[in-house]
Amino acid sequence: MTRRATPLLARAARAIALMVVAAAALPGCRPSDGEARHAHPAPPAPASVAAYQVNIRRPSGPPLIELAGADPQGRAASVACSTCHSVRKPNLENKTAASLDEFHQGLTVNHGALACYACHSPDNADTLRLADGTTVEYVDVMTLCSQCHSKQAESFAHGAHGGMNGFWDLSRGPQTKNNCIDCHDPHAPKYPKMVVDFKPHDRFLDASEEPHDRH
Amino acid sequence: MTDTNHPSRPDLPTLPIIENFSRRAAIKGGFATLGAAAFVAAISPLRHAAQNTSAGEFMQNHYTELTPEQKADVIARLEEEAKEKYGAEVTIGDDRPIPGTKFVYAINLSVCNGNGKCVEACHKENNHDRATNQSYIRVIEMPKGTMDMEQGSTTYTGAVPKDDKFYLPVQCQQCDEPPCVDVCPVKATWKEDDGIVVVDYNWCIGCRYCEAACPYHARRFNWKQPEVPAEEVNPDQSYLSNRIRPVGVVEKCTYCLHRTRRGKLPACLEACPTGARVFGNILDPESNIRWLLENKRVYILKEELGTKPAFFYYFD
Ligand code: SF4
Ligand code: SF4
Repeated sequence: MTRRATPLLARAARAIALMVVAAAALPGCRPSDGEARHAHPAPPAPASVAAYQVNIRRPSGPPLIELAGADPQGRAASVACSTCHSVRKPNLENKTAASLDEFHQGLTVNHGALACYACHSPDNADTLRLADGTTVEYVDVMTLCSQCHSKQAESFAHGAHGGMNGFWDLSRGPQTKNNCIDCHDPHAPKYPKMVVDFKPHDRFLDASEEPHDRH
Repeated sequence: MTDTNHPSRPDLPTLPIIENFSRRAAIKGGFATLGAAAFVAAISPLRHAAQNTSAGEFMQNHYTELTPEQKADVIARLEEEAKEKYGAEVTIGDDRPIPGTKFVYAINLSVCNGNGKCVEACHKENNHDRATNQSYIRVIEMPKGTMDMEQGSTTYTGAVPKDDKFYLPVQCQQCDEPPCVDVCPVKATWKEDDGIVVVDYNWCIGCRYCEAACPYHARRFNWKQPEVPAEEVNPDQSYLSNRIRPVGVVEKCTYCLHRTRRGKLPACLEACPTGARVFGNILDPESNIRWLLENKRVYILKEELGTKPAFFYYFD
């Protein structure tokens, strides 16, 4: 079927169209492109007041600890931090996972030289605390992170740190932004390595291959 | 007719300088001189082109010259074609620039880890050919200590980031002095009021001058008709962006104008898992991008060429 003519042929045809014009350029065929370009009015400028907002995702609340094993009904169980921590005296000497002998073993603690109670509240295990002792709810974890990472927090506030989705134009729709712990494990905040799984079949710029862009 | 050969000025170049909408002119000229049948017979490959692209497409005016009615016809025809060729119900919009908007993009190279999710998102969003994994973005793995993109490689694989490398995603920089636009002999590519450099795929003659002129290797040529399974076709399209391109034309990143002119963020930005990408309206003093340009030390690629990119890179 002729619709499947080769690209080369189509290009040749178009090139001929181009050459013909050199001989057949007509007067008056040059458009005033400035006018033509604006012939169709665009929708009106967005209202300057933002009708929508930037929603920052939040954790749902204090984390729950999955218990090893099941309850008598065979269900896996999870408990709040305070379940154990309200009856155990906080040990401020615990600074690494290595010194934990009963629970939380195998926990990765790779967040600078911080000890557990630098961020977790010794008085109420279902909350966090700032360096000055102020209590911070788990859902407000970004307040805690920001006390040390103020540069990142500033960039975050201006959309220059952290992923986002939705609208850049808040007069047309909302935007959703990740919070710190969506991307960073608070106990080991270094962003994990990733594996590249999608590649254009494109040999460009690779010296070991043919130096032409094939696609 | 303009005499472009300058017989009185032998020092000037003698090649014809074609600076109008000459594809249209070629057809008009041909018909005027020879009469329709003789014209078509005289340049028989055009008959194939006409059959290949449909007469309607071949006779179509330049995008900027179309009346609203003509545009509606063209778009209806293209939607019909998408159904016929791809089995996909698509909607092709005619998204125009938002007044008072100039789009600017920035990437934090301290954060980008080269994972390529942006590349994949662009591929899907823009209905690129599945077999070639085509995309408008190349992420270049760069040796630390240089911003010379020619020293990098795009074919890295495995776990990223690697210790002695950084990653430089490159896509169209929507230059304010775009060499690609200057060289187009038929004005099939131009810069719009919001800064986006667009291509009228139905006007492009596939000469690839623009591809050669772009110092950022940001343009792609469609060697074959893109193959996209019906269920993977992104139906939200625009005439000047992600509608499925015909074979034999040049295409490029449009800052996802079918999204961004509707207020949304570009697909590659939403897909970026590290949050390295920032997009916005530089004319809005309250915008993120404005804050970034005022507060970070930004770089542009190949500054010495004077292309004035609307695309910035920074480290923090
Ligand atoms: S980056 Fe290349 S294609 Fe994009 S505007 Fe600049 S010269 Fe043109
Ligand atoms: S802005 Fe859109 S078209 Fe441009 S590179 Fe990103 S996904 Fe692709």
